[in-house]
Amino acid sequence: MPNKTITYAEAIREALREEMRRDPTVFLIGEDIGLYGGAFGVTQGLIEEFGAERVIDTPISEAAIAGAAIGAALVGMRPVAEIMFFDFMTLCADQVVNQAAKIRFMFGGKARVPMVLRSPIGSGTGAAGHHSGSLESWFTHVPGLKVVAPATAYDAKGLLKSAIRDDNPVIFVEHKLLYRTKGDVPEEDYQVPIGKGEVKREGKDITLVTYSIMVSRSLEAAKILSQQGIEAEVLDLRSLRPLDEETIIRSVKKTNRALVVYEPSKFGAFGAEVAALITEKAFDYLDAPVVRLGGEEMPPPYNPNLEKKLVPQVEDIVRAAREMVS
Amino acid sequence: MPTLQEKIQMFYTMYLIRRFEETAEELYMEGKIWGTFHLYIGEEAVAVGGCSALHPDDYITSTHRGHGHCIAKGADVKRMMAELMGKKTGYCLGLGGSMHIADVEKGNLGATGIVGSAIPIAVGAALGCKLMQTKKVVLCFFGDGAVNTGAFHEAVNLAAVFKLPVVFLCENNLYAMSFPTRKAFAIRDIAERALGYGIPGLAVDGMDVLAVHEAVFQAAERARSGGGPTLIEAKTYRFKGHSKSDKNVYRTKEEIKQWMERCPIKRMESLLLEEGVAASVLEELKHKVEDEIQDAVRFGLESEELTLEEARRLVYAE
Repeated sequence: MPNKTITYAEAIREALREEMRRDPTVFLIGEDIGLYGGAFGVTQGLIEEFGAERVIDTPISEAAIAGAAIGAALVGMRPVAEIMFFDFMTLCADQVVNQAAKIRFMFGGKARVPMVLRSPIGSGTGAAGHHSGSLESWFTHVPGLKVVAPATAYDAKGLLKSAIRDDNPVIFVEHKLLYRTKGDVPEEDYQVPIGKGEVKREGKDITLVTYSIMVSRSLEAAKILSQQGIEAEVLDLRSLRPLDEETIIRSVKKTNRALVVYEPSKFGAFGAEVAALITEKAFDYLDAPVVRLGGEEMPPPYNPNLEKKLVPQVEDIVRAAREMVS
Repeated sequence: MPTLQEKIQMFYTMYLIRRFEETAEELYMEGKIWGTFHLYIGEEAVAVGGCSALHPDDYITSTHRGHGHCIAKGADVKRMMAELMGKKTGYCLGLGGSMHIADVEKGNLGATGIVGSAIPIAVGAALGCKLMQTKKVVLCFFGDGAVNTGAFHEAVNLAAVFKLPVVFLCENNLYAMSFPTRKAFAIRDIAERALGYGIPGLAVDGMDVLAVHEAVFQAAERARSGGGPTLIEAKTYRFKGHSKSDKNVYRTKEEIKQWMERCPIKRMESLLLEEGVAASVLEELKHKVEDEIQDAVRFGLESEELTLEEARRLVYAE
C-alpha cells in the first residue's frame, strides 16, 4: 500500500474521522470544535460530515466537558474530548484524576471509562503564562490513566486509534509546534500500540530518551553530533504511561549513556522517572551518570527570546550530549 | 450624572483605547508584536463606563481581552505598548504580554488567560477590602463565556453570602470565542442569573458609556456601603475576531456591520457635539491621542529586553 504525506494535525483528524465512521459510539466534545474547527484547526470539516450530534460544541466549561465524557463512557459511548490548551486541564483535574482514573478500580472493575482527552502542550507560540504549559507529567503520576505523547504524524494517527479503542481513560498529549509538521502515513488502517517506544535513530555512543517536540530536536542534534564523531541513539517514548521500560533499558545497555530530554521544567517532571528507572535497572552498564535536560524553573515568559531559552533547543542537546561523551 | 468635562474625558479614553489597539494590530502585522492578542475594539464603552464610576483607589480584575480595562483604569500606554513588545519597560517587564497585563499600582489586579479565573480572585480582593475595612470596591470584568465556568458559580455565590464589595460586570459580546450566547444559555439575559444568588441583576446597553457608568456607579456605591454584590450585564460586541487566528466563520458580515453602526465612540462624539462641545475641541483631543500613541510605539521599540538571569530572580519573592 502506498504512503501519503500529511500534517500531524491532519493525522489526528484522520484518526478521528475513521474511528467515527467505524464506530457509532465515538463522538467529539469540546470548545469551538464545530464550525470553528478547533483552536488549532484539528477538527475542521468533521461537523460537516458527522453533524452537531457527534461533534458537540460546549460553553467554556472544562469540568463539564471532562465529566460529560466520563459519564457518556460509563454508559457505553467512546467520547473524545478536546481541551483547548493543556493549561486548561487544571480546570478538569478533579474529573480526570479523582473520577476517570479511579472509577474502574473503586467500582471493583464493574465499570469502565473508555475515553480520550486530547490537549496540546508546549511553548513557542508567544502565548505566555496561561497557554504554553507542558503539564503532562502530572497525569503520568496517576494510576488508572494512560498518557501518550506522539511526535510524528504516523504515531499521532496510530496512537489515537489505539487510544479510542482502549477501554481506559487516555490522556492524548499533542504539541502546538507539531501540528503543521509533515510525515508519512500509510493509506490503510493501522494502529500504534500504547506502551511501546521506538528507536527513531540508531546510535552506539549515547541514548537521547525523549518524547513529543523534543524528538525532532533530538534527531537534529544527533545529526550534528554525528558530524562531530558521536553517534547518538534517539529513543522516542511515545507512551509515558505505561512506559516501555524494555526498550529504554535495551538501548542504554548498548550505548552506556543516557540523556533524558524534555520540555517541562526540569524539577519533578516525568523525565526524572525515566532517569530513576535507568539508574535502577541499568546501573552497571552506565559509563556516566544519567543526565536530565529539561526546561527552566519558571512559568512561560512572553518575551520571545526568553521563551526560546525556557526549553531545550537543538544546541542545548548537542552541548549536553557532548559533555557526557567526551 | 457625569459633568460635561467627565463626558469629554470618557470620549478621550475610549478613543485612546481604540487607537492603541488599531496601532497594536498594525505592529502585529509588521511582526513587531508577536504571539496573539484579543482586541477590545467595539467594547470600549464598558471599560470606560465601568472604571469612570470607581474611586481612583478601587480595584479591577481584567480578562484576556484586557487592553481597554487597563487604559480605562489609568495605565500609561507607553508601558502597555512596551509590554506588548515584550520589553523590560512594560508593565510586566515583558514576561506577561497582552494576556497578562496588570497595573497593580493603579488597582488593576491583572488580565488572565484562563476564562473565568479572575472572578474568584476579584471576590478574594473584595474579601480583603472588607476585612481591612478599606471601603474600597472591586469591579470584576468578565465575558459571557466566563459565566458558564464553575468558577463563576462558586465565586458569585460566595460574594453574595459574604456580602462582599464587588461589582460583577459581564461583557456580553454574544460569543464565547465562536460559541453564541443563544446556544450557551437557556435564559434571555445573563443578568437573570443574579436571581439564583439572591443579588440584584440588571442588563444595560454596553454600547452606551453613560448607561454603563450609571449602572456601575449605583452598584459600586451599594457595595461600598455594605449592600453586597451586583451583577451587571453590558450587552456589547467585538468588531474584530476572537483572537488573531479567528476567521470569523461563525457570524455574518451583516451582523458585524449592524453592530459597527452602533460604535460607542461615534455615539459619544455625536452626543458631545449635540451638547455644544466644539468640533475643534474633539479634533484636538484626537491629535493628542495620536501623539501619545506614537510616543508609546517609539518608547516600546527603543526599550530593552529582560535577561534570563533577571527573569530567574522573579520566580520567587526574595
